Amino acid sequence: MKNSLPKTLSRLLIAGLFATLLPGGVLAETTEQKGFEIAARSDRSDRGFGDSQVELKMILRNAKGQVTVRNISQKILEVPDENLGDKSLVVFNSPADIYGTALLSHARILDPDDQWLYLPALKRVKRISSVNKSGPFVGSEFAFEDFTALELNKYSYRYLGEEPCGDLVCDVVERTPLYEYSGYTKQIAWVDQSVYQTRKVDFYDRKGALLKTLSFEDYREYKGGIWRAHTLKMVNHLTGKSTDLVFSDFTFKTGLDNNDFQKGILRRVR
Amino acid sequence: MKTLSLLLGFAAVVLSLQSAAAAELGPVNISGFAGVETRLFPWNPALPGQQGNAEISLIFQPEFRYRATGGKHQFSFIPFFRLDSRDGRRSHFDIREAYWLYRAGGWEILTGFNKVFWGVTESNHLVNIINQVDLVEDLDGEDYLGQPMINVTKFHDWGQLDLYILPGFRERTFPGADGRLRTALPVDTGNPLYTSSLGQKHVDVALRYSHYFGDLDVGAYYFYGTGREPTFIPNQAGTALLPRYDIIHQGGVDVQYTAGAWLLKFEGIIRAGQGGTFAALTTGVEYTLYQISGAADLGLLVEYLHDGRGQLAPPTPFDDDIFVGMRLALNDIQDTSILAGAIVDPSTSETFYTIEAERRIGDHYVVELRMRFFTGADPGEILFSFARDDYIQLRLARYF
Repeated sequence: MKNSLPKTLSRLLIAGLFATLLPGGVLAETTEQKGFEIAARSDRSDRGFGDSQVELKMILRNAKGQVTVRNISQKILEVPDENLGDKSLVVFNSPADIYGTALLSHARILDPDDQWLYLPALKRVKRISSVNKSGPFVGSEFAFEDFTALELNKYSYRYLGEEPCGDLVCDVVERTPLYEYSGYTKQIAWVDQSVYQTRKVDFYDRKGALLKTLSFEDYREYKGGIWRAHTLKMVNHLTGKSTDLVFSDFTFKTGLDNNDFQKGILRRVR
Repeated sequence: MKTLSLLLGFAAVVLSLQSAAAAELGPVNISGFAGVETRLFPWNPALPGQQGNAEISLIFQPEFRYRATGGKHQFSFIPFFRLDSRDGRRSHFDIREAYWLYRAGGWEILTGFNKVFWGVTESNHLVNIINQVDLVEDLDGEDYLGQPMINVTKFHDWGQLDLYILPGFRERTFPGADGRLRTALPVDTGNPLYTSSLGQKHVDVALRYSHYFGDLDVGAYYFYGTGREPTFIPNQAGTALLPRYDIIHQGGVDVQYTAGAWLLKFEGIIRAGQGGTFAALTTGVEYTLYQISGAADLGLLVEYLHDGRGQLAPPTPFDDDIFVGMRLALNDIQDTSILAGAIVDPSTSETFYTIEAERRIGDHYVVELRMRFFTGADPGEILFSFARDDYIQLRLARYF
């Protein structure tokens, strides 16, 4: 009896150890589970950012290397419920003729997002169809589906293995869009094992061919362990065109709330 | 009115600049455009007094905006100028915006000149009533004069409520006797008539509710005040038409249902105060074929226009018409787009064709082409006086 308590404890401890080890072990779980867990860990590393505001430059390059720049402001409101999507507001500051044009999105998980476009010359708010997920976002190499919030439950996952990525080691996860109208059959994402951030994504088109590669560079950590890449580079392998997004410093918890993401506020985004 | 506009406008600018001078506040944001525009009319004019087959205009619209740190206060000042080579009535100045917007909690209060757009359909903008149409700008009714207002907005979980108090009526602009695209007798805008004894000083009011439920966006409003569309009365000499503005009650509804690549649209109004109470509607669909060739999207539009108004109400060409159109967006870096369509009256085959195309050049210039053609109008119909006014319009604008 004397030893029984320590024995029980040690058994419990061993069981507990196994329990904690098991989710990391490939043997006892499927590659689907492991892929989901890696994606979920990455997604959850971002939890609690509240809201964010940032200015960014969208730099479009054609195959000849000619460059066009668009200046954009972006606001995002975190919606904590994983079954609902975040809200975002994208406003164009340049080119000058589209100054004040804005796109308001209320992301949903598997249903099409709710999206409104604001046309400042007419002062018209237009609800737009969001089935055009694979369409180019304002002439860039980013599709609408690349630009709206990345929600965990929009994909199914499969763990492929691990690979070095720069100075880090990355888990390689295949994700398959579960929502309708995606232009991709699959995406392969490299997520680092240190701070759980996505470093690279390969996009495969409807024919299964490698279409685009997105690289996330210049990660910086903000208060509360929130990480943000400050340079995103999307290269289209078919056309040779590329688009970079270069972000200024992010500000978090700026006090935005639901009233800042109503369609009725689009008239005053400038 | 113009004096008042100027005063209010300058007041807004002075306020903005003064605020900007305070140390902790940001700068005034300046944007806008300047452009040159020409209209070419292939046919000689039909009406006496109309001059020539070409006209050229200079357009200038600077935009000044200021936002106080924290965003509780916003100011906007947007004057508009057009100088036309031929029609003195088309040369005009307006204050498109000059307002102060204050917001706190779920409330917003906007005081000053502003434009409000509610519609969902493309061929006609039936439900818009806050602003007067700046008709000399374009026939499509998408250019509006700035309207003085106090607009109180309240956001609720169940939708958005807007109250508009509208002091100071704006008269519709019409081409002069020199101008093309006018009625057979020119409109004498200098001598408007009002059914209200308060005339231009009648304070109009509107209340609107708008919200969305999943894929359904809805708006509904009630307006009481001076109707924006005039009826016309020949003057005693029979040389001109006098516009008469009536007091009306109008209820309106706008609905859009977004179903995949389909947009289903409806706008309807009921109006009392101009002869018998009548209803009018525009309803239709827009279907988009995405990425038909590379990145380009093709939208197909069909709309039905019906208007039940009687003889005592302002005339409309759209009593029972069908609009068919297409919109091509290349989704290229230059944002090239083309909208082409026709509004046909099946009973008379009277048809109005329109083509609008635009493309950015470099970072700062936009070139825009508009073509409008009128066919099949019989004598006595509204569009008959435009029968020889088909035109091609080219605009080059520099945005800053």
